[in-house]
Order: sequence, then C-alpha cells, then structure tokens
Amino acid sequence: METLTWILALTLATLRLATPLIFASMGGLISERSGIVNVALEGFMLMGAFAGAVVGYSFASAWAGWGAALIAGFAIGALYAFFVIELKADQIITGMAFNLLVMGLIPFITKILYSSTGSTPALLVEDRFTFEPLLLAVALVAAISFWMYRTRSGLWVLFAGEHPEALTASGVSVRKVRWAAVTLSGGLAAFGGASLSLFLASSYSPMMTGGRGFMALAALIFGKWKPVPALAACILFAFADAVQIRLQGVQVGGIEIPVQFVQILPYIVTIIALAGFIGKSRAPKALGHQ
Amino acid sequence: MKRIFGFLLGLTLALLLTLFAGENPWNVFTILVRSAFGSMYDLGLTLSYTTPLIFCGLSVAIGFHAGLFNIGAEGQMTMAVVTAAAVGVLLPDVPFPLAPVLAVLAALIAGGLWGWIAGWLRAVRGSHEVIITIMMNFIAAGLAGWFALKIIPNPDSQNPETALVSPNYMFKDYDLVARLFPDTPANASLVFAIVIAVLMWIFLWKTAWGFKLRAVGSNPEAAHRAGISEKKVQIAAMTLAGALAGFVALSEVVGSAGQYRIGFSPDYGFIGIAVALMASNNPLGIIVSAFLMGALHKGASDLDLETSTITRDFSRIIQALVILGVVAQGYWEWFKQKRRKG
Repeated sequence: METLTWILALTLATLRLATPLIFASMGGLISERSGIVNVALEGFMLMGAFAGAVVGYSFASAWAGWGAALIAGFAIGALYAFFVIELKADQIITGMAFNLLVMGLIPFITKILYSSTGSTPALLVEDRFTFEPLLLAVALVAAISFWMYRTRSGLWVLFAGEHPEALTASGVSVRKVRWAAVTLSGGLAAFGGASLSLFLASSYSPMMTGGRGFMALAALIFGKWKPVPALAACILFAFADAVQIRLQGVQVGGIEIPVQFVQILPYIVTIIALAGFIGKSRAPKALGHQ
Repeated sequence: MKRIFGFLLGLTLALLLTLFAGENPWNVFTILVRSAFGSMYDLGLTLSYTTPLIFCGLSVAIGFHAGLFNIGAEGQMTMAVVTAAAVGVLLPDVPFPLAPVLAVLAALIAGGLWGWIAGWLRAVRGSHEVIITIMMNFIAAGLAGWFALKIIPNPDSQNPETALVSPNYMFKDYDLVARLFPDTPANASLVFAIVIAVLMWIFLWKTAWGFKLRAVGSNPEAAHRAGISEKKVQIAAMTLAGALAGFVALSEVVGSAGQYRIGFSPDYGFIGIAVALMASNNPLGIIVSAFLMGALHKGASDLDLETSTITRDFSRIIQALVILGVVAQGYWEWFKQKRRKG
C-alpha cells in the first residue's frame, strides 16, 4: 500500500512538473518547424511567469494571470520575430540576448512596482491553479498534432521549415508564416512560465525557470521535432526532476546523498538524452537558414 | 564603425529605459562613468572586472571562430576556480613559485575538461552545444557548490565559500598592479590576460592550427575538402575555450581572493558573449571591449546606491541591448528598404 501511494505521488509530481516543459517545447516546436531557431524559450518563460504572477496577484485570479502571460508572450515573441526575421540577426545570439534582456528587465520592473528585486507577492492558495494547466498542456499537444499535419495553415508552417521555396511558389509568404509561428511560440512558452508561477508555485521568484527553457528545447530535439515524442521527452525530464525532489535528504546506507548531486540529476538526464544515445534526430531542413 | 554604433545604440536604449523608472538618463550615464573611472579605487574595481572578462571573451571568441557558440564559459570557469582553490587548500606545503603554477595548471585542466566534454558531444554525437553547455553550467554550479560547502568549507566564516588557500599560492608580494590600486582586487593577472589575448591573435592568424580552426568556422565544406577534420577542430576549440575560461582562476584565486566564493561571478561567462561580439571575436579588440563592459558593470553596480529605483541588474539590460545593437546590423538594410518603399 505504501509503495502504491509513493508511486502515485511520484506520477502526479511528474505530471505537474512536466506542464511548464510541455508548453515551452510546443512553443519551440512551432517556431523551429517554421525554420526559426529558438533558444529564447527560457526568456519567454520567465516573461510569462512574471507577467502571470503580477497580474494574477493584482486581480486575485489565476486566469487573469494566464491571459496576461499570453499577451506578454506574444509581445516578446513578436519582438524576437522582428529581430530574426526582419533584421536577419543571428538567431542563436539574439535568442541568448533576449534571455539576458528578460533577466534584466524583470528585476527592473519589480523594483518599480514593489520596490524590491525579489519575488512577487503570492496569490492565495485558493486563487491559484489546481490542475487546469496540466489538462490544457495535454490538449495543446493533441491540438498541435492535428493542426500541424492535417490543416492547411499547419502545413504552411511545416513547409516554411522544410521547403520555403515551395511555399513561396504556391503564393504564401514565408515571412508571414514565420512571424505568426514565432509570435505564437512566445505565447505558448509564456504559458509554460505561467504554469510555474500560478500552478507549481504561487508567485514569481527570480530565475524560477532554472534552465527549463533549454530543457524544453532539448526535449524538442530528443523528440525529433514531433509533438507526441516531444511530450514523452518532457515527461522523462519531469520525471528526473520529480525523482530529484524526492531524493533530497534521502539516506543510502546511512549516508545522505549530497543535495547538490541530486539537484543536477535533471541536467545530466538532459545531456544524456541530447547526446543521442537513442537514435539520431533530424532537424527541419531550413532551420536557421535565412 | 558599425559595431561602435551598435554599442552606442544599445547603451542609449538602455539609458532611455531608465525614464520609466523616473530617472534622468543623462544623470544615470554620469553615475555610470563616475563610478567606473571616478577614482583609483573605482578604476581598480573596473580593471578587476576587466581581467575575467578578457578571459571569458577569448573563450567565447575561440568558439565562434570554429563555428561554435560557447555559452559554457561560466561553468568552465567555475570548475577551474574551484579546482584551483582545492589544490591550494589540500596541498598547502608546495613551495612558492611552484604552487601558483600548479594551481593554475590544475585549473586549466579542469576548465579544459569541461569544454572538452561539450566539444566531444558536439563533434561525435552531434549534440547542440548551446543546450549542452547551459546544462554543464548548472552541473558545474552544483558540483562546485557541493565541494565548497561540504569538502573544504571556510572554517572561519559563515559565507558560502571555500577555505583560504595557503599563502604560498598567492603572488601578492610581487604584484605591482595590485600596489597601484590598493584595497581593490585588481592584480597582475590583467597583464597576463593581455599577453594571452596577443598570443591568441598570433595563434589564430599566424599558425596553421589557427588557420584550420578558422577554416572550419567560416567554411566547413571547403575545410572538409581540404582534408581538415571538422571533429578534431571542434573538440580542440571547445577544449581551448574551456582552458581560456579557466584562466579566471589566476585572477580570482591566485591573484586576489585566495578562495572560491559561490556567486563570485556576476555571470562573467555571459558578459563574455557581449565582449566577444563587440570585438568581432578579434582577441586584441576583446581587450578593449572587456574594459568597456567591465566599466559598465562596475558603473551599474553602483546604481544600487546612487539611485533609488535602478539596481545592479540594470547591467544585464545594458549587456543584452548592446549585444542586440551589435548583432542586429540588419537595421541598416531594413531602414534603407523602408525608405525605398515609403
């Protein structure tokens, strides 16, 4: 009986922790399938986590925060699109610069709003999400799998990433498709962030993403840029994270495992997965090409 | 020229942002300048930021020259610094001239190893070096934290830091630069950093090895046809990048602090990206851009005290906007196009 509850608790923790990763990696999926590398997911997530927490707190409603995260995500996604599509700036460097920018902007804004640079004020426990983002995340994966392969606009995105010339030849603007895809990716990644600050926790705390944007990207690559395998990869990484939290303070043969060793577990799992020990992964053909 | 414009554009935009915080941008700018160069003390601190930024800038630059984006300088540096501190604490009886050499060598190996792992994974397994190096940064922080807190913690302090290395490891008594800037961490490793930058320039442009490295970075296909092994070059470049970041142990452990302090780095590895980009990855230019970014960082860290609403995190906004100003040179063509259309 005890083992059963233990397994159940671990499963639930895994699913909860997978939620932010799923949103972010679906955001990354749309952007990268359209041909735009997106290492700015981390920054998009932070933006969503922050906007969600601030608005969610002031309206005492997680849904208000959820909406605010979407708007903030669209805004920063569009800005990223402007830099990499219109200005043709290097996608990876721009992405890193965006991460840096968000890490600087958030304390800048919290200082103005709350005259501190730490966490934002917390939502009441009954105001925050209990399970909704998890369901939305799973629904999102289903929706994207259908949309991307079965609808005309979904195929536009795929073609923008694989054969942009063919898309142009059929009279669709690659530029516009990519703009839409990257903006949307900002919104989805921001949902990922908001599920951290409104679902897993009840406020924004500095750097709360802890590299999850990059893990989502790794999940995407590990999942061969496909929605369902990427979902599976997110669950794998979330499992490592859940095990990590469980193992803290656990003793093996009378010796406590150092907490730092336990904490690096998800990062090691990410590297092992990414090192492609389970088959090679092929990127969209036009990914990163101008 | 365009890079200087990009830098100024980024800086100006960042300063204009301060309007939202109710500050006067010009006032903020004068604070930045004054607290970066206002006195010998301020200048000393600026220079003490410059040294690690040169090393990290070089580390990022050598990656770029080989076509790789090394975001792992932070982790490579952390591993190197904690290793140097470990050598200095665990082997206290090594005599003077040998001791600092030993510590720095160990640091270079640790940093180089951390870079090598990323290089190997990239070259042999085709793993995205950006994600790998980010993950390695987190792992390095975890390992170094464990080592500092559990294995060699400082017995005389509650701060999260290692014990002090034995005095044989420090070259303070011979340090002329440190004498010029009393009470600051500035030290002779600045001179050493400049020498390394010059050596790297010679390596990149005057040796066959450097040529191969740049060939793989600029035209991998041609390099492949010329019989250059892309994999070997990628692994070598990342290992060198790790070792270059590892030199920070020289300025941090042997040169000034004598220990590894958790959080000693204000993200030198990331600022190093801005440093390298501003200098178009030219090692000699990196000396100048590291000084500029060091000055901005020192200036920004005084904003905490000198203004009521702007904090040291403002430094990040400046760095990001400077990177964007430099890397998004496309605005020249974009404006031209708009003008033609409009």
